[in-house]
Amino acid sequence: MTTKKTILIVDDDQDYLYQLKIRVESFGFQTILAESQKEAEELLEKTKPDLAILDLMMENEDSGFILCYKMKKKYPEVPIIIATGVAAETGLSFDLNDENNRKWIKADTFLEKGIRSEKLKQEIDKLLTSHA
Amino acid sequence: MSTLKILVIDDEPGIRSGIARILRNFRVDYPFMEEAFDFEVREASTGEIGIESIEKEKPDILLLDNKLPGIQGIEVLEHIRRKQMNIIVVMITSYASLELAVKATSDGAYDFIPKPFTPQELKSSIENITKRVFLKKMTNKLQETGKQIRFQFLSVLSHELKAPLNSIEGYLGLIKDRHEGPLLESYDFMIDRMLDRVKGMRTLILDLLDFTKVELGKGKRDIKLINLMDIARMAVDTMRPYSIQKDIKINLNGKEAVNVMADAEEMEIIFNNLISNAIKYNREGGTVDCTLHKNEECVEILVEDTGIGMSQEDISRIFDDFVRIKSEKTRNITGTGLGLAIVKKLIENYKGTIEVSSQPDQGSIFKVKLPIDRPCL
Repeated sequence: MTTKKTILIVDDDQDYLYQLKIRVESFGFQTILAESQKEAEELLEKTKPDLAILDLMMENEDSGFILCYKMKKKYPEVPIIIATGVAAETGLSFDLNDENNRKWIKADTFLEKGIRSEKLKQEIDKLLTSHA
Repeated sequence: MSTLKILVIDDEPGIRSGIARILRNFRVDYPFMEEAFDFEVREASTGEIGIESIEKEKPDILLLDNKLPGIQGIEVLEHIRRKQMNIIVVMITSYASLELAVKATSDGAYDFIPKPFTPQELKSSIENITKRVFLKKMTNKLQETGKQIRFQFLSVLSHELKAPLNSIEGYLGLIKDRHEGPLLESYDFMIDRMLDRVKGMRTLILDLLDFTKVELGKGKRDIKLINLMDIARMAVDTMRPYSIQKDIKINLNGKEAVNVMADAEEMEIIFNNLISNAIKYNREGGTVDCTLHKNEECVEILVEDTGIGMSQEDISRIFDDFVRIKSEKTRNITGTGLGLAIVKKLIENYKGTIEVSSQPDQGSIFKVKLPIDRPCL
């Protein structure tokens, strides 16, 4: 029996946070939650998750990017998924699937928020295996 | 046909002539635009020459390399921001670090084009910008004619409207998948949350109606002599069920008649918002004091609570559209972030002022002054 992997979920919408938590837990992971960039940074001082799922727009419209950047600096090996509504919400015309943008944004994957459970599990498993 | 002026600042001659070539016969034409746009490209090989060129003739769009032989692109950007020049800046950059991107964005860069780029990438970025320039022109025109459409507002609004829908959709998905098993009871929490979000959305829509009324100027305001005491009393009565729930005592202080020339409905919106906030952000068993008095020059309305209060930083933001103070203490309080924005705009329509003083964990005081002698609006 291996210990459960820990997934950090950060989102300022309580409901989305909860929904993601129960979905991710049903895949057999354990979760730690934060509702803001600030809260997540505090958590990361004490814990190192195995993977993180971050919302893009929180306190500020680029909170997700900044958190992602800081986290990659601290734990470069931990994969990060950025969950987003639509790219247009950022106010910037980044194409999040563009190679060049990915390079500087540093997240490992971008996912639409409405993604189905099986697809989410697939993405998480893929990232955990490739970063193992 | 309109022509937009583009300045390219890049030390590589190949990039400069490439951009000029790609955009020479390029046109942007959307069905919703009254006219098509084409482009005139000027070039500069350094930041210094670029600034000179900008000073001589302001371009509409600046394509800016960050890595330049003399001053850096980011400094050119700062120069433009300092002078508050209305230029849309796109950074062309081969290795944008996040720091640079965040700094450039906060200094007003509108977009990034990675280097090397394809003609199509350049074109689609220019297309987006042209759309923005067009919308900006249209907004200015509308503002001149007294109508206001704020695109920033609309984009935030769409985010606020989508959030509850996304949340409800998420729960419905979980229920559809029978995520918590076959028993309906297991989903009670989700159902309650969905009902809450529906309620929130309804409040948002109501606030939004108030907001657009204020923002666009209502067709007809009914300015007449009214007694503010009556309005305040009505607001207190409306909030009664809520105050009882939280065991909060509301005191209404002042002379029996505080008569002013104003629109009753607008005054009601002001009182409703201030008093409901004073209850919402109060502690259980607290008090709300609403005091009215009138002197030679103005009517003063004070709404004091014994609630969670807020920091100076929060105070500076609370009157902005859609701003809600997010903290551990406010996480269970619902709101749309529009109430105080509406209140402030209404008060300003009466040439009045609103001020806040607050102590965290002690409470807040909102002080409204409405001048009596004012040009009737």
